[in-house]
Amino acid sequence: MPEQSLFFLLISSALINNFVLIRFLGLCPFMGISRHLDTSIGMGLAVTFVMTISGAISWIINEYVLIPLDLNFLRTIAFVLVIASLVQLVELVLHKASPGLYQALGIFLPLITTNCAVLGVALLNIQELHSFVESMVFSVGAAVGWTLAIIIFAGIRQRQELVDMPPVLRGFSSAFISVGLLSIAFFGFSGFLSTS
Amino acid sequence: MTLSFILPAIGVLSGLGLLFGILLAYASKRFEVEVDPRTKEIKDALPGLNCAICGFTGCASFADAVVGDEVEITGCTAGGADVAHRLAAIMGLEAPDVEPQKAYVQCGGGIKEVARRFEYVGYADCHLANQVGGGPSACGYGCLGYGSCVPSCPYGLIKINEDGLPEIFLEDCTGCGACVEACPRGVIALLSEKNTPIIACISQDPGKVVRKACSVGCIACKICERVCPQEAISMEGNLAVIDHEKCDNCGICVEKCPTKCILTRQLAVMAAASQQRAV
Repeated sequence: MPEQSLFFLLISSALINNFVLIRFLGLCPFMGISRHLDTSIGMGLAVTFVMTISGAISWIINEYVLIPLDLNFLRTIAFVLVIASLVQLVELVLHKASPGLYQALGIFLPLITTNCAVLGVALLNIQELHSFVESMVFSVGAAVGWTLAIIIFAGIRQRQELVDMPPVLRGFSSAFISVGLLSIAFFGFSGFLSTS
Repeated sequence: MTLSFILPAIGVLSGLGLLFGILLAYASKRFEVEVDPRTKEIKDALPGLNCAICGFTGCASFADAVVGDEVEITGCTAGGADVAHRLAAIMGLEAPDVEPQKAYVQCGGGIKEVARRFEYVGYADCHLANQVGGGPSACGYGCLGYGSCVPSCPYGLIKINEDGLPEIFLEDCTGCGACVEACPRGVIALLSEKNTPIIACISQDPGKVVRKACSVGCIACKICERVCPQEAISMEGNLAVIDHEKCDNCGICVEKCPTKCILTRQLAVMAAASQQRAV
């Protein structure tokens, strides 16, 4: 097992074990928002913000509150509390700063709360016994990977809107087939893992 | 088993909840957005179905658009005249002159009346069936009976009866027109509620063709046109058309029609109307 450099950790969480295409987490907003490129970028940024900050805060709470008080069973609920509050904060700020994006994201903004990718990042940080710095790198990598995936996919879907397609395949049918193929493509990154 | 973890657990969760609660309370004040109070009033006045027939993504978007003066208050067709009046009151505008309309099925050709040209094997959808060689029905204009109109109604008022024709529960119908759009053949139409007869046929085929295809279709014999004392009936191609403004509901055309294609308004909406006809 090669020594886990921080750079390798970043590549691993962003590409090799991409959260949406390899781990299949966070599919709901991924499929729901990816119809247009601009909203996808907005969604990606929102998820990035929530993922990195909640990753950090969750780690801190786990390390300095839950572990010392031997309250490991509260981990999931405490993390969800952190994530939900952060998402509410993002909603408030976004509603003020960019009402257009707020309207465009619609219901999917509060759905980031239930986005299993965000909770997944927080829990995986604990499971993989990351240090604080490693948690930050992992969270940033995961978020970047998720954003990258949704932007690529939005590009594909926008192209598909313009193509003459049998009515049966239009919409989500072709979207799911495409994301499956994209996922297979990303599996090619697993070749980075070992040389043995 | 010691329960010493309970107090710390309650403490931690309460503490976190309090902390985030205070943070969010501060943020909600700091990032407050000016909202027009009329928006909420309008949203409450709307049917709340989020049917999107108005063209907006939901009732909330429509409410915003009304306040933002981007759409007419009559835009919510699913709400009908009732909602239009309420919106006028909220926005301080004059009550709009909206004539209530309802959806009527203009075809009497169900399973019993119309011959089938071929057996259609496929998804039970009128749009799909219509694309297979012009539809399995011997009549190229009439109802196919697979019920594509049924899910289009935001209030769920349509059902397909035993004869394979749609029945619309008119009492709750607001005339939104969703079923009119949903029908690939244009069988359903919005009419005023005036008590005048309805010609239950939209076929433009000549009389000989219609006779072979359907037992209750319009054969363009023109008897109704000749007989109407108000001269309210005219022929448009091979189809008789009633001018509901001129009609005074004398019922002579209903009596004289040889194929019993013209129905009184009550018959047109009654269940199993086709069974009521004198053969």
